[in-house]
Amino acid sequence: MWLCDSSIGRKVVMSLTGLALILFLTFHASMNLVALFSAEGYNMICEFLGANWYAVAATLGLAALAVIHILYAFWLTMQNYRARGKDRYDVTDKPAKVEWASQNMLALGVVIVLGLLLHLFNFWYNMMFAELLEQPKMGGLHATDGYGYIAQTFGNPVYAVLYIIWLGALWFHLTHGFWSAVQTLGWNGKVWFCRWHVISMVYSTVLVLMFLVVVLKFALCGSCC
Amino acid sequence: MDKNISFKLRYWRQNGPKDKGHFDEREMKDIPGDTSFLEMLDILNEELVNEGKEPFVFDHDCREGICGMCSLYINGTPHGKTERGATTCQLYMRRFKDGDVITVEPWRSAGFPVIKDCMVDRTAFDKIMQAGGYVTVRTGQPQDANAILIPKQNADEAMDCASCIGCGACVAACKNGSAMLFVSSKVSQLALLPQGRPEAARRAKAMVAKMDELGFGNCTNTRACEAVCPKCESIANIARLNREFIKAKLDD
Repeated sequence: MWLCDSSIGRKVVMSLTGLALILFLTFHASMNLVALFSAEGYNMICEFLGANWYAVAATLGLAALAVIHILYAFWLTMQNYRARGKDRYDVTDKPAKVEWASQNMLALGVVIVLGLLLHLFNFWYNMMFAELLEQPKMGGLHATDGYGYIAQTFGNPVYAVLYIIWLGALWFHLTHGFWSAVQTLGWNGKVWFCRWHVISMVYSTVLVLMFLVVVLKFALCGSCC
Repeated sequence: MDKNISFKLRYWRQNGPKDKGHFDEREMKDIPGDTSFLEMLDILNEELVNEGKEPFVFDHDCREGICGMCSLYINGTPHGKTERGATTCQLYMRRFKDGDVITVEPWRSAGFPVIKDCMVDRTAFDKIMQAGGYVTVRTGQPQDANAILIPKQNADEAMDCASCIGCGACVAACKNGSAMLFVSSKVSQLALLPQGRPEAARRAKAMVAKMDELGFGNCTNTRACEAVCPKCESIANIARLNREFIKAKLDD
């Protein structure tokens, strides 16, 4: 199977899963914004995406995407490490056009996974998982009270700071990952290179800001304004 | 006239691929700025030979930037920081300052084992070319040059891709030891021309398969290759190779 056997095939898997995850993040960020102006609206979305069969199925699909993306990342990195040879350069000088993020995607990915685990613990565990266990009050609040959990989590400055670090890592990861995915799929050239670069910068920045604004709002003024 | 400079040279010595290798050091005195880097190494070797020591081994051939034989990793950059995109032979000592420490290393990559000192075995590139980097030639009467029309833009682009001299700087610079810039340039130079189209799918698959088999890494689009390429090959070629390869696999 060329998606496992060839270098380009493995990269295609990384690209497609990566782009699908960006699409998911877009949905997620859009839904988060509702929490800025309507607690009822946000909780309605939480109810809709609770332990219903379609939401559980989508969550499983999403988890599969993330797991494939992460497993392939380690696989590719291991192969690349071996291809580098056993001797390392004594002196290295990074060319100016090489972006820092592009050379540290795995490290950034690890930070993102750690953040994701924290996020699942803060929200998913108390919400969808609690509903699946039929213990809707597991986290103190009701499982569909997403707004309450947001206020509770980001009211804690430690969590707020951890989430901001997480979003920073996500931004770096996406600024490279987005255009790199398009490049790997072959949809690039001398003209489109700059365009994709700008698109991926703008898209990543807007996406991360959409997440950040919710964290900051609840960290700085809670649910009062 | 450039001033003469003196500097400390650290150069890699290694007796074959299995040897551990180490740096030797030497103070180079009064080297004129007009000396090319390879001429400076000739001076080093003259000194070594006069002292009855073994000379330092490095690859070189045409010394005018077209053969792609010279391959030194100088102060952390493949071919060193040349005036423009150029190979080691066109790096001049005026680029360095008096009192500098200059570190010379071989290309380090699993695909390029060290033969001796800074000479590495780059036959892997030849094997990739043999796998499909050609157009099958049928002998017979040559046809009229105007029989196949080629847009000027494509002809120029193909020529730019063909200017890759296969020096291996892309692999040397890549943190993944990937040969994608080389392979993509060699695929592109034919994929862009009508004569290369009939075998395009087979070529892309065969050359990528050979590249993977020889132990080169997976491209992660860091663009380090493009930044150091003496012939200014673009990663647009890599996108083209990806396109050719994915299309070929989907057609199977």
